[in-house]
Amino acid sequence: MADIPHPQGTRPRPLSPYVSIYKWSVTMATSITHRITGIGLYAGVVLIAWWLVAASMGPETYQPFLNAAAHPIGQIILFGFTWAAAYHLFNGIRHLAWDIGYGFLPRDAMWSGVVVIALSILGAVAIFVWAYTMRMGAPQ
Amino acid sequence: MKSETPLHRVEGLGAAHSGTQHFWRERITAIALIPLTIWFGFAVLALVGGREVDVLTFFQHPWNAGLMGLFIIVLLVHSTVGMQSVIDDYVQQPGLKVLSLLLNRGFAWLMGATCLVALLRIVS
Repeated sequence: MADIPHPQGTRPRPLSPYVSIYKWSVTMATSITHRITGIGLYAGVVLIAWWLVAASMGPETYQPFLNAAAHPIGQIILFGFTWAAAYHLFNGIRHLAWDIGYGFLPRDAMWSGVVVIALSILGAVAIFVWAYTMRMGAPQ
Repeated sequence: MKSETPLHRVEGLGAAHSGTQHFWRERITAIALIPLTIWFGFAVLALVGGREVDVLTFFQHPWNAGLMGLFIIVLLVHSTVGMQSVIDDYVQQPGLKVLSLLLNRGFAWLMGATCLVALLRIVS
């Protein structure tokens, strides 16, 4: 902060802390991730709309949707969407607990953040394992 | 001596220019979305890798069609409110802010109409 240039003859003024000055913590990371996943999921409604419209228009329209979803890039996007949904769901429950006054101690907020991160990754992986297992069993 | 109370002075002066309705709408839809999202997850898992007829058969069941419609509406209300607080926090220029708020509402209505019309076509 000290190397910010200032006009000749004036002393550097005290600055309020910038985002960049803070050491990253679990609570900061979970907070901004909640917003980012929220925005991502909102945009992801396009995928739900595409799915419903494709299904409503018949097999010729549904097949391209299935192809896109099965494509590696499609799978990566769907995994991201699944993880974002799991994360926003678990962290949303954490926010609701805060709203009624639970888990505010720094120590509690930290471990619940770690739990949310772990659960979201486990949840997304479990859903994908389940989906792949079911697809193997389904007739093609 | 002023007759104005401090409360009256600050009313409507937050970034959103409104009060607690926003807060409550966000929380109530959040609670409703917990079971709805879990239901949606199971629904998608049941239809993964299936054909278009499987999707049609699934949504022709009134419970599934109803829950899907509800999920879409609650999800979009929650998303609009959430996105609005992001806009309120980060977009400071008034013109850009109005534009972002309009796009936010417009996107939600467009998505809502698209999903619900598709759902109605599937059901009918």
